[in-house]
Amino acid sequence: MIGVGKLKQYTNVLDKPLSKGKQEVSLSAFAFLFSELVQYNQTQVDNISELERRLEDAGYAVGARVLELLCHREKGNRRETRLLGILSFVHSTVWKVLFGKVADSLEKGTEHEDEYMISEKEPLVNRFISIPKDMGTFNCGAFVAGIVRGVLDNAGFPAVVTAHFVPVEGQQRPRTTILIKFAEEVLQREARLG
Amino acid sequence: MAGAAIYSLFIINKSGGLIFYKDYGSAGRMDTNDSLRLASLWHSMHAISQQLSPTVGCSGVELLEADTFDLHCFQSLTGTKFFVVCEPGTQRMEGLLKFIYELYADYVLKNPFYEMEMPIRCELFDLNLLQAVQKDRVALLSR
Repeated sequence: MIGVGKLKQYTNVLDKPLSKGKQEVSLSAFAFLFSELVQYNQTQVDNISELERRLEDAGYAVGARVLELLCHREKGNRRETRLLGILSFVHSTVWKVLFGKVADSLEKGTEHEDEYMISEKEPLVNRFISIPKDMGTFNCGAFVAGIVRGVLDNAGFPAVVTAHFVPVEGQQRPRTTILIKFAEEVLQREARLG
Repeated sequence: MAGAAIYSLFIINKSGGLIFYKDYGSAGRMDTNDSLRLASLWHSMHAISQQLSPTVGCSGVELLEADTFDLHCFQSLTGTKFFVVCEPGTQRMEGLLKFIYELYADYVLKNPFYEMEMPIRCELFDLNLLQAVQKDRVALLSR
């Protein structure tokens, strides 16, 4: 066969396939950058919910870009249109590219039909972060929540996404749960599609 | 062997202020004022020892041996000092100090809510430190 065992030569740069990209970055470099992001935003706000919102907004921009990239790179320019499809896309594909592993769990909320939860025992962003007692329930996972909202929103699944600490029995450290509450129109559309 | 090999751990910032103190043994417990005083005392002694030392480019006292305790000191490049007071003759304290320095670099310096040169109040640092010291204790007991 022609071209077997030989790297294909592309004369035009536009014909080259999109590269896989570098899969790993230094955890320390990321931790310091993220720490600076939090510290900078802290100087810009007066209260904790405002800080949470700003982190979420920063994540939203990441999510929007990641969706675009991954649809092209991993999905052959196709995008999920069903609720469960997009959720498992976030839980596995997005998580794997951003954090090097799939998320620990994806569950449906027990109380409400429109709620889903992605849980992570020790999210990458929280690896080195201890929240001071006076900040209450603040969670830097708000950044990750923003990423999830960015992906979902741009894929046509508007949702409210929040990050929470959930204590685990027999564990010293609580886990972080990303709570996704979809907009009504999304569920109506899902019901129509059957 | 009575109790733990490590009596206490101190971390002092580059100007001699105590930013972390932890007691491990039951003997020789100190109140806050005493620990602060001892920390800045050690800081000054360390600085003086550098000046008095006959060797050129001396980086200060690394080990102080007394009748009832040993004091191991490790100074990072930025001037933060870590020191443990332990039972006389306890081995491998340099390794433990280096490891504590690593924990400090990870769980204190990468924490956005920590202010430089201020007292350390980080849950994750406490947690990992406790584990490290316990592991050290187990290793000592199983000798």
